[in-house]
Amino acid sequence: MAKARVIVINGKDNVATALESLRRGVEIAVEIQDNVEKVTLVSDIPPGHKFALRDIKKGDSVIKYGEPIGQSLAKIVRGEHVHVHNVTSKPRLRRKQ
Amino acid sequence: MKFQGYRRADGSAGTRNIVLVIPSVGCSQEAARSIAQGLKGVVYLPNILGCGQMGEDRHILKRILTGFGLNPNVAGVLIVGLGCEELAAGNISEGIRPSGKRVEVLVIQEVGGTKKTVFLGRGMVKDMLAHAAGLRREPIPLRELILGTECGGSDFTSGLSSNPAVGSACDMLLAEGGTVILSETPELIGAEHLLARRAKTRKVSRQLLDAVAWWENKAIEAGQNIREGNPSPGNIAGGITTLEEKSLGCIYKAGAGPLQEVIAYGSHPNKNGLVFMDTPAHDIEQLTGMAAGGAQMVLFTTGRGTPIGSPIAPVIKITGNRNTYLKMKEHMDIDVSRVLEGKESLREAGRRIFEEMILVASGKATKAEKVGQKDFCIFKLNPNI
Repeated sequence: MAKARVIVINGKDNVATALESLRRGVEIAVEIQDNVEKVTLVSDIPPGHKFALRDIKKGDSVIKYGEPIGQSLAKIVRGEHVHVHNVTSKPRLRRKQ
Repeated sequence: MKFQGYRRADGSAGTRNIVLVIPSVGCSQEAARSIAQGLKGVVYLPNILGCGQMGEDRHILKRILTGFGLNPNVAGVLIVGLGCEELAAGNISEGIRPSGKRVEVLVIQEVGGTKKTVFLGRGMVKDMLAHAAGLRREPIPLRELILGTECGGSDFTSGLSSNPAVGSACDMLLAEGGTVILSETPELIGAEHLLARRAKTRKVSRQLLDAVAWWENKAIEAGQNIREGNPSPGNIAGGITTLEEKSLGCIYKAGAGPLQEVIAYGSHPNKNGLVFMDTPAHDIEQLTGMAAGGAQMVLFTTGRGTPIGSPIAPVIKITGNRNTYLKMKEHMDIDVSRVLEGKESLREAGRRIFEEMILVASGKATKAEKVGQKDFCIFKLNPNI
């Protein structure tokens, strides 16, 4: 198993951020608070980009910093690249001015 | 847990023991500077405002100058006025006097010129210095700390290492019952609804959303839509997907506690815990607002490196960028780049920052203090007339 530079900011997050270029098919160890989980990458992940720590259903929140950073546009599987092609800002009510 | 601080007459506690010279107007700034010149422990505020100000700007100026005098890091205050300015020196001293610290006033037109004012002023501040030198540090509970947070000159490491690490340190202070100020309202845009959900009451949530809307509309009036084209193509290439993600990277530096209240620029928090101060994102205006609000120290994250410091509050610089740390060592206090190398956890880095914070609160000089950075700039809405 490859030792890769990966960061999970908050224990509630369902994505991790790669700190180096990671190749599809590689199984990596991800530290989530005090636990270590193994994730097999199903996409290439450029440095600074995110991949899913668990399956995310279409329309579900993508969580980073323990907060929803957007909504998935399609089913995202564990180990898949998570970015603008499958996530959008969550539509929300406009404020009254 | 405790730090070693200076107990003041009003019960507050300082991390520093400064004699402050405040020019109430730009016209007395040179006199104030000459009074402080060469005297260790005496600091003057390079204030150029105080005349021809309109509307809210007058209130802001008074709040900031009074707030600096009230800050527990200040042992004694001399206010230097000209005599015909709209914010009279006496109005500022009135606001500071209830703290019980020594406050003196000199007005150049009454004294009869700058030379005489400087002569008298130097005598007064030397007296205050002698008094301050007699004060001793004593153990003060951490819950009495008001900690400002700030980020400036951010890069890709900020949202991933320095901000979350500082957030972890802030959570440790919040657990001690202390107070953390989050500010930089325009940088909340895109994630304000997420912070609003952490508000203690609906009113606080509404105040936060209103503050963000005010800044957003101000920017639109000036021809800038902050949401449009944000995150930028460069952000997206670097891996940032949404504006929520970008803004959360900034918000996360103040920890994860519930939001107790929203306070105006330069105001003192009314509650312990996480509070939000409505300030610009301009680094020095923001820092000035937090110091006026009573912050006794500040944690400042940076990716590219910045020298900024406050005249009265120690500012600790934290970077997650190893190159910046090495190149800007003169200005950087803490290097958390090992987080991105996978060699240190965010919590371990947060613990290091928390420990450094207690040392600095107890007297250890920061890099900004060693360099002598005393940056000061007051937010204003209108032109002077």
